[in-house]
Amino acid sequence: MDLSIFLIQCLNALQYGLLLFLVAMGLTLIFGIMGVINLAHGSFYMIGAYMAYALSPIVAHAFGGGFFSVLVIGLILAVILGYFLEWAFFSFLYDRDHLQQVLMTYGLILVFEELRSLLVGDDVHGVAAPEFLAGTIPLGDIMTYPVYRLFISAVCLLLALGMYYVFTRTRLGMMIRAGSTNREMVQSLGIDIKLLYRIVFAAGVALAAFAGMISAPVSTVYPGMGSQVLIICFVVVVIGGIGSIRGAFLAALLIGFVDTFGKVLLPEAAGVLVYVLMALILLWKPDGLFKTS
Amino acid sequence: MNLFKTTVIAAAILGFSSLSYAEDKPLKVGLMLPATGTFAALGTAIENGFKLYTKEQGDKLGGRAIEFVKVDDESDPAKATDNVNKLIKGENVDILVGTVHSGVAMAMAKAAKESGTILIVPNAGAQAVTGPMCSPNIFRSSFSNWQPGYAMGEVVAQKGHKKVVTITWKYAAGDESVQGFKDGFSKSGGEVIKELNLPFPNVEFQALLTEIASLKPDAVYTFFAGGGAVKFVKDYKAAGLKDSIPLYGAGFLTDGTLEAQGGDGEGLLTTLHYADQLDNAKDKAFRTAYNEAYKLPPDVYAVQGYDAAQILKVGLDAVQGDVSKKAEFAAAVEAAKFDSPRGEFTLSKAHNPVQDIYLREAKGKENPVISVATKALADPAKGCAAN
Repeated sequence: MDLSIFLIQCLNALQYGLLLFLVAMGLTLIFGIMGVINLAHGSFYMIGAYMAYALSPIVAHAFGGGFFSVLVIGLILAVILGYFLEWAFFSFLYDRDHLQQVLMTYGLILVFEELRSLLVGDDVHGVAAPEFLAGTIPLGDIMTYPVYRLFISAVCLLLALGMYYVFTRTRLGMMIRAGSTNREMVQSLGIDIKLLYRIVFAAGVALAAFAGMISAPVSTVYPGMGSQVLIICFVVVVIGGIGSIRGAFLAALLIGFVDTFGKVLLPEAAGVLVYVLMALILLWKPDGLFKTS
Repeated sequence: MNLFKTTVIAAAILGFSSLSYAEDKPLKVGLMLPATGTFAALGTAIENGFKLYTKEQGDKLGGRAIEFVKVDDESDPAKATDNVNKLIKGENVDILVGTVHSGVAMAMAKAAKESGTILIVPNAGAQAVTGPMCSPNIFRSSFSNWQPGYAMGEVVAQKGHKKVVTITWKYAAGDESVQGFKDGFSKSGGEVIKELNLPFPNVEFQALLTEIASLKPDAVYTFFAGGGAVKFVKDYKAAGLKDSIPLYGAGFLTDGTLEAQGGDGEGLLTTLHYADQLDNAKDKAFRTAYNEAYKLPPDVYAVQGYDAAQILKVGLDAVQGDVSKKAEFAAAVEAAKFDSPRGEFTLSKAHNPVQDIYLREAKGKENPVISVATKALADPAKGCAAN
């Protein structure tokens, strides 16, 4: 591997890691910070990707199109969905044990998969990247790099910074963190914890759907796409340490590098390397890299 | 009055029962296909094709009416044995048809081999079904993974490429397709310099695309299907490789995926046992009839379903609908020449189609045929005693 190829692989790894963090961010919020085991995270991601596919002709018809109007409308719909799901289902689960959360969110996976099949069908679909991001930049002598992938990385970095800021530096973030430690105490201080959690949950769903929408042009849209990202998202959150945004971010980058270089240098073991990494890190630090509290 | 009523009812009952004795018992066909999951659309196409043929035959094969029993196999190998036993033992089906997923098809072949039920596989290309698992009562109407790969190996060698890199998912279908390619390519003097793999169904190709760029081969051969095929073709183009290193693939790369690839698949050459714009009367009639019946164009899966029913008819005709005469059934099918929309084919001793493999070029949303890549290609059927 010469230097230029090595650098391109580093870029691949970085880019994949950032994409992973983007996809896992919603789970960090709902599972990591709120403490609800949410197997339906992959479904929210899938819903986002399918919205990017299904909404664009409708939006094009109504507003004359535009990638960003699709994003905004999709985000609004996702927030509504998240708010409704919290009200109808998740709000009953905070005090129940984890098995019940697993069962209910697994049920949601089946419901969403079936709805997807009924509404959109079982075909594979592609989503075009917006025109001004569709280009490529040359890398090395024969390779090029899609601008859209770099755009995703930039969006992910911004979101990561924004989220980190909200949770560590603002009053809202403090209330949310306090709520995850002791709900009753926060409530007795006069904070409407129910409403607060409904909003946080809606934000988590919106983040997952946003990740689905924004990665749709590179990931394509297909049945079962949600279950593919689900496991790796849990790996990111667990390696990073439950509840730690910084940890999840570093974990995602670590996985990006291990996966990319694993595929090239150890192709026979590429499928298990990430899980070996997880096992080793958990042996070394049973609570993940950055356990908060 | 009361007596009259009783008489009428008695007469009616007698009448009905005599009717049902006049008709033969219907033939129970167990359709074990995916109705949910990634392969649901393929399962529907196969069922449509199968039913189109039985309808053309007046809903009767070998003189017997057909009764369908359906099980959704969910493309889940873990549930396959239970599902197939539901049909064989629970429903006592006479004929078993299925499926798409190779792992599930293997479980079906195993169960069919043990129980002796006639099995027709309408898609799954796993070598072993007509290899080590081959049996007088197991037939395949589709292809083996090896076949399109082998044909493409010959084509790529003819194009003058010497050094090729292959890339696929690390699973049976990918391995077998690449093996076929290597057999065809190296026979004609080519060399596969590197086999790249990634775990199924991982679709993060960027690292391996960079690897391809650094190896600078003359061409790349690939086997991907469904969502992976869409993403691979788009990523290959976006990485700037499409113009500098030609990409060749087994037909599934561009079958049912071109629309989603949004133009990035344009011009790709692939090999398969079916193509668009085939110049034969059977195909034209088939496409018109299918379009009329289901309001959508048929695909290769529909053809395979249709031919599964054709195989069944030939066998049943020879035994007048008596499925217990397995040897006669098999002998008739082995001797038959099938007039398929894909062109004529026969079945080998191992019961895999001996068929022309077409070279196709992706244009718009279609894969029109360019030429016959390999004529009457038979799978080597390694490990099959009958071969």
